[in-house]
Amino acid sequence: MAKNFHRGLRIKQTIIAYIFLAIPAIILGIFTYYPMILGVVLSFFRYDFINPMKMVGFSNYAKVFGNWQFLNAMKNSFLYLLVVPPLQLLSIIMAILVNRQMKGINVFRTLYFIPVITSMTVVALSWNWMFAQKGILNYILMGLHFTSQPIGWLTDPKIALFSIMFVTMWKGLGYYMMIYLAGLQSIPFNLIEAAMIDGAKPAQVFWKITLPLLKPYAMFCSVVSTIAALNVFTEIYVMTGGGPYHSTETMGVLIYEKAFENLKFGYSSALAVILSLVLIVATMMNLKFFKEGGVQSYYG
Amino acid sequence: MDKRKKTNYVSVMTLMIFFAIITTFPYYWTLKTSLEVSSNVYKFPPDIIPNPATFKNYTVVWNQLGLVRYYLNSILLTSVGVVVNVFLAAMAAYPLARFNFYGKKIVFFLILLPLMLPFQGGLIVNYLTLRNMHLLNTYTGVILPLAVSAFGIFLFRQAYLGIPKDFEDAARIDGAGEFYIWLRIMTPLISPTISAFAILQAITWWDIFLWPLIVLSDSQKYPLAVALMYLNSTFQTNFKYTAAGMILATLPLIIAFLFMQRFFIKGLTAGGVKY
Repeated sequence: MAKNFHRGLRIKQTIIAYIFLAIPAIILGIFTYYPMILGVVLSFFRYDFINPMKMVGFSNYAKVFGNWQFLNAMKNSFLYLLVVPPLQLLSIIMAILVNRQMKGINVFRTLYFIPVITSMTVVALSWNWMFAQKGILNYILMGLHFTSQPIGWLTDPKIALFSIMFVTMWKGLGYYMMIYLAGLQSIPFNLIEAAMIDGAKPAQVFWKITLPLLKPYAMFCSVVSTIAALNVFTEIYVMTGGGPYHSTETMGVLIYEKAFENLKFGYSSALAVILSLVLIVATMMNLKFFKEGGVQSYYG
Repeated sequence: MDKRKKTNYVSVMTLMIFFAIITTFPYYWTLKTSLEVSSNVYKFPPDIIPNPATFKNYTVVWNQLGLVRYYLNSILLTSVGVVVNVFLAAMAAYPLARFNFYGKKIVFFLILLPLMLPFQGGLIVNYLTLRNMHLLNTYTGVILPLAVSAFGIFLFRQAYLGIPKDFEDAARIDGAGEFYIWLRIMTPLISPTISAFAILQAITWWDIFLWPLIVLSDSQKYPLAVALMYLNSTFQTNFKYTAAGMILATLPLIIAFLFMQRFFIKGLTAGGVKY
């Protein structure tokens, strides 16, 4: 009797639950799960909008791997990972700096944070002016006699990618700083106090207590910034459009260009599948690097 | 000891001011440019302070270049985007937290899946889907694929889990319907999480760039971030107008940030490890 009652209740709850879930599930199904499947399927086809879809097997992938533009974009995307370590290091330093009781500390936190809420278009355009041949940056450097010729921040193929990386870093610092700050503030003070009473020096406290306790935060920041670096698009699209001479063309830019400028949807899907695989491997490597905690503490 | 403390203070202060100059200088430079009279931004050597200064560029960009239109576009897109996202995430999260139903584990796993698999093909397939649904070049097309945030569902589920069962039971004994219990009793109880998520969404929608760029073909429909790039390429020689537009586009979020700092930070760090 009681068992039947519980079962009846559960069936009733199931019906209500799926009524609640219906609309979100339909939208997620069409715009999140379906693209995951069809994106992979599409990568085996040739499709350009005008002509009917044509199955081409692995030929998109075969084309990709010998292609200089792909190899170049892949190289640039991997190179972009160079933003991750300095970004994390600097944001930890900033978090430590602003993690103190002091008059006006909120002003500094706010100033560091404003780039985070500014749109990437605005950020990229204003750095474009500062990076210009006759921009303020060259003016300052030439005034201080660091260089006699203006530097082609965005026009020199050897430098352009690094200039944009700097902008990515500049915009991201405040975000990671806030996460590390939340981490620092979650460390119970009596833990540090106890170590101090036991005679630990401030440096020891930092290396042996603070830093290990920041580990889950560092893992989160590292995973997020790695994915963001490999996916980078907007700042490059606005600042250089991938040039000069493809020197700033990353995978994100190439996928966009192939799909929405050349209308090669199948080929572009193959690129997207490859980038996704890279992202998955990179995420797993990150989690492995930080070992304990794993996905569990990342999401739940 | 005292002397050491003092040098420590000075070095911390110096470092903090150094970082502050680096983060704020581009804003200063944009503001300066927006107040210039001459249209030659690349004057060499540049003026550090605009002389003479004028607000004329703001009125030009607002009226003549029609920034007001893109402003309204962004306000519309942001408000609908935020409301739809909060509503749908709360709706999906509620049963996951409060009901014991068949298939719950699978559903929860499926919702977390997109958070763990950063798949990049979505842009292309969603573009084709919207084309088949005749939703290209519409705001519905911009919003629909981003209407359900898996992250939001996850966040709200955690919040709903924290509500004691008594609240629900009392309402049920009073004969309240399930939908009523959800919307009028349980959801108000998680309002701190809702404001944090709403703010996060507001930033996302106000600054959104790539997706509207793909979906919208009519430049009159562009939101601010896309419009600024469009304006910049149209008025290439008149940076002072773009600069004024950039300041106007950034101002609302900065003002909101100053007033609601606490919620902002909660929203942006909500993705961190706390949950």
